[in-house]
This record gives sequence, C-alpha cells and structure tokens, in this order.
Amino acid sequence: MRKMLAAVSRVLSGVAQKPASRVLVASRNFANDATFEIKKCDLHRLEEGPPVTTVLTREDGLKYYRMMQTVRRMELKADQLYKQKIIRGFCHLCDGQEACCVGLEAGINPTDHLITAYRAHGFTFTRGLSVRAILAELTGRRGGCAKGKGGSMHMYAKNFYGGNGIVGAQGQIFEAYNMAALWKLPCIFICENNRYGMGTSVERAAASTDYYKRGDFIPGLRVDGMDILCVREATRFAAAYCRSGKGPILMELQTYRYHGHSMSDPGVSYRTREEIQEVRSKSDPIMLLKDRMVNSNLASVEELKEIDVDVRKEIEDAAQFATADPEPPLEELGYHIYCSDPPFEVRGANQWIKFKSIS
Amino acid sequence: MAVVAGLTRRPLEQVTVREAINQGMDEELERDEKVFLLGEEVAQYDGAYKVSRGLWKKYGDKRIIDTPISEMGFAGIAVGAAMAGLRPICEFMTFNFSMQAIDQVINSAAKTYYMSGGFQPVPIVFRGPNGASAGVAAQHSQCFAAWYGHCPGLKVVSPWSSEDAKGLIKSAIRDNNPVVVLENELMYGVPFELPPEAQSKDFLIPIGKAKIERQGTHVTIVSHSRPVSHCLEAATVLSKEGIECEVINMRTIRPMDIETIEASVMKTNHLVTVEGGWPQFGVGAEICARIMEGPAFNFLDAPVVRVTGADVPMPYAKVLEDNSVPQVKDIIFAIKKTLNM
Repeated sequence: MRKMLAAVSRVLSGVAQKPASRVLVASRNFANDATFEIKKCDLHRLEEGPPVTTVLTREDGLKYYRMMQTVRRMELKADQLYKQKIIRGFCHLCDGQEACCVGLEAGINPTDHLITAYRAHGFTFTRGLSVRAILAELTGRRGGCAKGKGGSMHMYAKNFYGGNGIVGAQGQIFEAYNMAALWKLPCIFICENNRYGMGTSVERAAASTDYYKRGDFIPGLRVDGMDILCVREATRFAAAYCRSGKGPILMELQTYRYHGHSMSDPGVSYRTREEIQEVRSKSDPIMLLKDRMVNSNLASVEELKEIDVDVRKEIEDAAQFATADPEPPLEELGYHIYCSDPPFEVRGANQWIKFKSIS
Repeated sequence: MAVVAGLTRRPLEQVTVREAINQGMDEELERDEKVFLLGEEVAQYDGAYKVSRGLWKKYGDKRIIDTPISEMGFAGIAVGAAMAGLRPICEFMTFNFSMQAIDQVINSAAKTYYMSGGFQPVPIVFRGPNGASAGVAAQHSQCFAAWYGHCPGLKVVSPWSSEDAKGLIKSAIRDNNPVVVLENELMYGVPFELPPEAQSKDFLIPIGKAKIERQGTHVTIVSHSRPVSHCLEAATVLSKEGIECEVINMRTIRPMDIETIEASVMKTNHLVTVEGGWPQFGVGAEICARIMEGPAFNFLDAPVVRVTGADVPMPYAKVLEDNSVPQVKDIIFAIKKTLNM
C-alpha cells in the first residue's frame, strides 16, 4: 500500500513538475490529421503509381518523428562510441536515410519479412529491437541482440534476417529477379540509392543508374527517399501490388547518407562538403516532417522539442547500458555453432584448450 | 609509397608492408605494360586500405581500374584478360569477398592449364587481405590459406614482412600461373627494415621457399603471415628460460617447402605449427601429414602440436575474439607441452 501511494505521489508530483509549455500544449487544439501533397513516383511498367496526396494523422506523425529521431540519435551515438573505440571493427551508419527504414515499416506489417545489407542499424530498430539491444551489440556485450557475438553487421530479429556483411552480388540480384518474377513471388526489391557505393559514385559503377528499371520485366518505382510520406505511400502501393498476387516489384528510394561509407571512410574524398551540407539543409527527412507537422498544426515546435529531449535520454540510457554491460563470458565462446544438437566440444587455439558448445 | 621508389635509398630502410606491396606493384607496372590492377576502390580512392595509393595517378585509367561491386564479374573479366595475354592483378577487398568469385579462381584460373593439356596459361594474381582483422566479426575474418592451398593449379603465398611482401608480389606477377597472394590487414602498417638487395627492381623471392627467421636448437616453430610475429615473440620469451626456438616463416603455402621444415625437425626433434585459420583440414594438419610421410618422422621426440584459430566463426566481442586467435601464450604453452615441460 505504501509503495502504491509512493508511486502515485511520484506520478502526481511528476505532472506538477512538467514545464509550463506542457500545460500550454495540453490546452492547444491540434488538427487530428492533415493532407499533404507528395512527389509523384517515376514508374516503370506500371500504368498507375502511388497516390500523390496522403493523409497523415497527428498520432502517426508523432510516431514517425520519434522513430526517425531515435534512429538519428542512435547513429550519432554510435559514431561517438566508435571514436572512443568502444565500438570496434566495421560500423556503417544510416543517418540521412531515416525516412527509408521508418517509411518502409509504416507501409508493411510486422509479420512481413525483411532482409538488408550492412547498413542495418535503422532497420534493426524499426523491426522492433530496442536501442539498448542494438548499442550493446555494437559494443560487444552480453546484452546485445546477438549476445555480443555478431557486431554491427549481424543483427537479427523476428522477421528480420539481418544485417549481412557480404555484398558484391550484382549477378545474384538478377538471378533473384528472374526467379521472383517466374514464380510470382510477393517480393519488394528495394534499392536505397544513396548515390555512392563506398567511394564510387553510381555513374562510375552502373551502366544504367535508373535502378528502378533494372528489374526489366519487373515493374518499378522511383521514390523520394527523403520524404517519409512518399516512402510510406510507395511501400503501401508496392505491398498491395505483391499481396494481390501480381508478383515482385522494385522500389528505388533516392536517399543520402551523411556519414562516409563506414567509420573508416571520411566520406569527403569522393564528394564535396557542399553537397553534404546542401542535402542537410534542403532535404533532411526529420526536418521535412517537422516542418509539415508544425505548419499544418499537427504538432507544436515545443512538443517536438520534448520528443527530442526524451529521445536523447533514451539514447543516453542505452549507451550507458551498452558501455557498462559486461562482455559475454569466455565459456560461451563455443556456443551456438549448431542448432538443436546435443552439446559437444570445440577446439580452442591448441588441443588442450576446449570450449563447450551448446545449441 | 610510390614516391619512395624514386629516391636514393639508404642501406637499411624502414618500409611498411603496405609500402612494400605498393613498390612491388609499381615496379612491375613500370616494367611490363601488360600488367594492370583491377578491383574495388583501387584507383580513385587509392585503395580501400591504401595499398594502391598513387598508382592511378601515375598509370591512369587503362592500367588501374575501378570496378563495380561485382566480384564474380570482375574476377571473370580478369581471368579472361589473362587468357588473352595480359597480366592482371585482381584485388579482392578482402578474401572473404573472393567467395563470391571462387568459381572463377578455381574453375577458370587454377584448372585451365591442366585441362587444356598445357595449351592455355592463366598468368593472373589474386591479392588482398586475408584472415582475421580486429573486430570485423564472422563474415570478414576467415583465413583462406587452407581452401586455396588445397587446389592443384594454384600457387598460394602468404607474406609476413615487407621483404616478403615486395619479393613475393613481384614473383607472383612474373609467374605465368594463377597466384593467390594472402596479405594481412593488421600487417599493412608494420614497418620492417628492407635489406639492400630488396632495393633492386629485380628483387624477387622465389615462390615455394620458406625462410628461417630465427635459428634455434630445441624446437621448430612453423608459421605464416602475422602469427610469425607472435612466434618470434614467444621465442624471445622462451630464450630467457634457455629454450631456443627455430622459427620458420613459410612464405609459401603451395607449393609447400616441406624440405626446410624437415631439415629443421631433424635437428630439433620437436615441431609446433602456428596458423590463424581453423584447425580442421588446415595448414598445420597438412604439415603434420607430410612430416609423417617423410624422413623427419623418425626424428620426432614428441607428436607435432598445432596452434590455430579456435574452431568457431569469429565472434565480435573483444574477449571472445582475443580467445579465438592464437596468442603468444598459446604458442608458449604448446611449445612447453611438446618439450614435455
């Protein structure tokens, strides 16, 4: 009883301590939703494309804003931890591309399946893992989503198949296109076109940079990947296309990464700082959503600022955990080699060092 | 750095492994216009690990070629070019990515001279970093020495020092056969003294010949690539205890110089092999088998001991990664075990 009273009093005193702006916010009348015009998608082998207007509810808007801001802050925290050498190895950040992972998730169901390459932290989050589990995996701790054994490029979740480190599969993608089309598989092939493959611009690597057309017999869409509403609508359209049994479809999301290819790439030897700055000031996905919401009275600047503060705190807490959590125990070095097998012995650096392997 | 090639050199010059490979490629590009380099980021980016720094600037688009991210595709193009008379150096950003192209390396390059009854040579070099780095986890840490060493038709070298790197890359480029050059990312920045001979533009290290890096009498330690450093460290520690290790740097995986190992074992009577790769079907396993088949077997006073990477996919967490690669302490332990100490 005392505990309950204490809890109740904490909550009440918490409300009283909220800054004055909160009280103002609560009494303002926001719109429930607003309609926005979005860019028309370029179409390949499609008579019609996604709609050019969409309705955004206040609730969804706040949710998307929060998710994008979380991905942004999480990636920037990873940058910081990498520079402090608390994160090691490879680290490919997706700041700038938040509208892609958040917009995609907004257009599909949690029961749909998703797989991606190494720039995967944003997707790992949108597919349902906590920032804590992600950062602790990046720092190689036992609380990480792969128990510290996978690292940046090898994160998995329900209906999320990673996180994959090996690409170089230009031929393989055409094999996949062929089989998906042949068997009418309900598959959306997505290209996050951020203009560069590591240090090589798309013009220097691709005979055709119209990636949305490269599926040939597979219809495609080219989407403004910096506008989360555009990504959501295109995804809804593509998902509906697939679910109706028509077969695969391609989506090219035109987007941009602020960081270099990875933390070992400064990202300025093959593109100019002016270019990066221009994208930041004109096309930042979080800024675009914020402006839309504020200008159509879906939210206030103060409210969004509060979300920023809240997100910062969440990231800080997660980073604390990720730095303080212990590394996985040495005895578990041999675990998880096989699934569903009885325990066996694993050889270490010499024949006298043995580790137990448990499924 | 390519710049160094033009300066007058002092007798004993400190050169990093990266610079040595760069110099070796630069000299061969200059010597023979049929030699060219292709791979991801090798030209305008100066190389993902800066090994090809300055070469594109010096030789241009026709000799230093940036490829799209298509290993199977560009490895195939490189093999075709070799068959048609050019001398390509095909870089894999790491050998982990060579698995995307392994059919071209084995079926198109390695086997062709044999399958054609001696008609069609394939003078190609496949090079890049191999094995564990630091914190790059399971898909980026595999050692391919055993996999490539398994295949007739391929030559496989694994340089340790700058001298090794320079001499072996030059020999590989001049060899008319497909040669796999397994470099090591963690060794790229390590400086070594280059002996005066290594400054000649015709400095070559023969493929198929090991080097005794340290003379000893009590036990033979055989290794390749970065673990050679750990072996020398272990030898220094043990020397203080009166144990003198003979450390052999294999330099070549295939064809293996078993004779140098046998001669050493016939002197020391004890053998420890050290490698970064996995134990099963590995380089150490092959050495054990060959020793048993040859004259040195009867000179062994104890079974051969292998020190290897742990038999697991490379974990990411530091404590686990550290225990998945052979450390100096593991080598010392193995040596003492075989000496029954």
